[in-house]
Amino acid sequence: MTQSVVVQVGQCGNQVGCRFWDLALREHAHVNKRGLYDEALSSFFRNVDPRKSDGGACCVGGRIQHLKARAVLIDMEEGVVHGILQGPLREVFDSTQLLTDVSGSGNNWAVGNLMYGSAYRDSIVNKLRKAAEHCDCLQCFFLIHSMGGGTGSGLGTRVLSLLEEEFPDVCRIVTAMYPSAEDDVITSPYNSVLAMRELTEHADCVLPVENQSLVDIVNKISLMSHDAKPGCVLKKESTVTSGQGGVSPTERPFDAMNNIVANLLLNITSSSRFDGSLNMDLNEIANNLVPFPRLHYLVPSLTPLYTLADVNIPTRRLDQMFSDAFSKEHQLIRADPKHSLYLACALMVRGNVQVSDLRRNIERLRPSLPFVSWNQEGWKTGLCSVPPVGHAHSLLALANNTCVKPTFMELRDRFTKLYKKKAHLHHYLHVDGMEQSAFSEALSSLSALIEEYHHLDATKARLIPDAPRLSIAR
Amino acid sequence: MSVVTVQLGQCGNQVGQELFDVMCSDARDVHRKTYSAVSCERFFRQTTQGALEARAVLIDMEPKVINHSMSKAAKSGRWRYGETSHFSQKQGSGNNWANGYCVLGPRHRDAVEELVRREVEHCDMLAGFIPIMSVAGGTGSGVGTFITQCLRDVYPSSFVLNHLTWPYGTGEVIVQNYNSVLTLAHLYQLSDAILVHENDIVHKICSQLLKIKQISFSDINRVIAHQLGGVLQPTLTPASCGAYSRHPIGELMSALACHPEYKLLSVCTIPQMASSSIAFSTFSWPALLKHLRQMLISNSKMEGGIDWQVCPPPASAGRSRSLSAGSFNTSLANLLILRGKDVYSAETGGFEDPAIYTSWLPPDEALSLWKSPVPFNKYEKSATLVSNSQALLRPLDDMVRKAWNMFASR
Repeated sequence: MTQSVVVQVGQCGNQVGCRFWDLALREHAHVNKRGLYDEALSSFFRNVDPRKSDGGACCVGGRIQHLKARAVLIDMEEGVVHGILQGPLREVFDSTQLLTDVSGSGNNWAVGNLMYGSAYRDSIVNKLRKAAEHCDCLQCFFLIHSMGGGTGSGLGTRVLSLLEEEFPDVCRIVTAMYPSAEDDVITSPYNSVLAMRELTEHADCVLPVENQSLVDIVNKISLMSHDAKPGCVLKKESTVTSGQGGVSPTERPFDAMNNIVANLLLNITSSSRFDGSLNMDLNEIANNLVPFPRLHYLVPSLTPLYTLADVNIPTRRLDQMFSDAFSKEHQLIRADPKHSLYLACALMVRGNVQVSDLRRNIERLRPSLPFVSWNQEGWKTGLCSVPPVGHAHSLLALANNTCVKPTFMELRDRFTKLYKKKAHLHHYLHVDGMEQSAFSEALSSLSALIEEYHHLDATKARLIPDAPRLSIAR
Repeated sequence: MSVVTVQLGQCGNQVGQELFDVMCSDARDVHRKTYSAVSCERFFRQTTQGALEARAVLIDMEPKVINHSMSKAAKSGRWRYGETSHFSQKQGSGNNWANGYCVLGPRHRDAVEELVRREVEHCDMLAGFIPIMSVAGGTGSGVGTFITQCLRDVYPSSFVLNHLTWPYGTGEVIVQNYNSVLTLAHLYQLSDAILVHENDIVHKICSQLLKIKQISFSDINRVIAHQLGGVLQPTLTPASCGAYSRHPIGELMSALACHPEYKLLSVCTIPQMASSSIAFSTFSWPALLKHLRQMLISNSKMEGGIDWQVCPPPASAGRSRSLSAGSFNTSLANLLILRGKDVYSAETGGFEDPAIYTSWLPPDEALSLWKSPVPFNKYEKSATLVSNSQALLRPLDDMVRKAWNMFASR
């Protein structure tokens, strides 16, 4: 069984990460009734016996003594991490996994990436190495951060390039929170574009998530639960809608939105942790969904987001789940994949869903989805038999789709608006090692990326003739 | 004569487990002592406690599926896998043929060869190897190809019959066409014969003939196991002189793999129906054989929806080796296996018609007939047809076309 290490950077990264660990514990508690430290648990947690003197790592198969998360928490100001350490999750982390400073990065990418990046480089590498050494077979690093701030975006991307340097064979999957147009941080376009360049070059896969979409989804859920039709009751205990039943007793703001992202991470790793009739490992994600190395932005969409407790014909509900995954409202960034070109699509299903259901739905939905000419039937499917808590089945769709192009173009526009006037630039250039060329290079990298997507989009309507080859006599 | 199966990857291990299950229950159910003995000797070995252990080596790059298969086998109570006959690593091949063939295969070559050697040593006489794998993934296809090569190197005089499962046309894995093309290209040189099952076709059998509403992979695997079992269980062949044949794989090769350029074999079985309907159906050999013959020449794998319009082209039209407009399926060689009641009186003349074969092989040499008086897997009469014909051309062409288009896009 392989292990993964989660690296959470910055306020957003740590808050999402905190929800993730809460939900992970809850999911495993639900599945693992006998309290044994099994393979599935070991992919995210270590089992330590604190009474043993050598640091006491216990191996798989024994009883659970003390679970420690395989995580590294980094933040340049103390508030969030200390909040975690005072909360109910404090037992899951120990002090060697944390890295904090006092003053924060001031929403400045250069401060996060260059100043703190070089100051804490060795310390970060040490902590990462330690986490990796605790793993038998490390498969993947999950990096969680936001793009708009200073620490998450600057120091987070610095950590990404350190991961590539130190652990080149380990897959790097980044969950990046993109700012919406009405973001409250003025310099977020600068931070985002500077970070984008690092993501394009150093990450294996990026799962972009936009705050605005999460807000829309959460509003929809609360609307459903408030004026639901008589006779339909919303199931309250599902992991998506609430963290109830988890470790933290009260819900804080942003919790509902962070829950959704945490579920995304849980579902991606479900097939490599649990049994299923068609397994899908993490390394298969990059292998199948990334046709060209720079185009690794996968739009996630998660269903169901809420469960109705009324008795529905199961098949119809299943089919509805598949249709929802491709609708605009369930995507985690503001995009419309149905009207852009699909380069590849992965469907990860959990629960009691069989091959025939999967096939039927793929055949049903396929005609309405435009696929690129050289990958007309390209679907990657995975079936995991363990459903998430509170639902009978769930579906995570990861689409490599050109619908990310408008998001990137918007980002570029917001960047150019500020950059043309050189507004706020001096804060960045004050930092040692930061030069103006970094801005222009980041901008050109983003433009090149947009150009590549555009190029593929242009082939959308055209019927590409088959390339000539030796053909079988007909 | 014993057969050693090598189960590779998730598909290989799942199909293999169902196959052994079918064969064990078939052998046990039957009151013919010789049949049971031959079948058990062929695929299982007896431990000192009298339990049946499968002659199989399980290989996968991640442990979950092997654990699942082994525990499922042990739970059946009738047979199990050997405790040490498996090999797994921690991390899968990532659906990457190159990873399986160039990196993981060579890395674990010694361990796997050791396991195979131990299994072979348990055999009194080795009939051959049957590697079971899929072509869409990374381990089955990549590591499987490499292991087939190793088997060839270490046991040059043994037969190797590869069993492949081709994925759904609408995609299970995005790079499946690359993996398939690479696998087939290599296996064509290495293997003696390649027996193919396609997920699409088996899915149709499950939904239309067996009437299963929610088809799972175990249903699909069980159909594949039933068809494979129909091929591999003991039979009386012309060469075996009144006793059950002791060279099943060798005789299969000599019957079907008559030319080194033509190695792809397809299987169809009749009848196939939901187990609840078997008790209410009557079977007659003329009806079964007539349907089977039409299934062969119209290239359909099911007895529902057969195109009865297709007929062999008139002899005067000359031999055109192509997928003609009438979609007539020309065979190179056919192996017809009949099991059950009254097999000796079954009339198989329809399969000796020279019109359904190529011109350069006389029909009495192209058709081989094996019989067994023992009913197979609860069917009072059943027939299995293994044919070396044009049946797999179209799906193969599709696969190559898609792989080429993806490649040419760069």
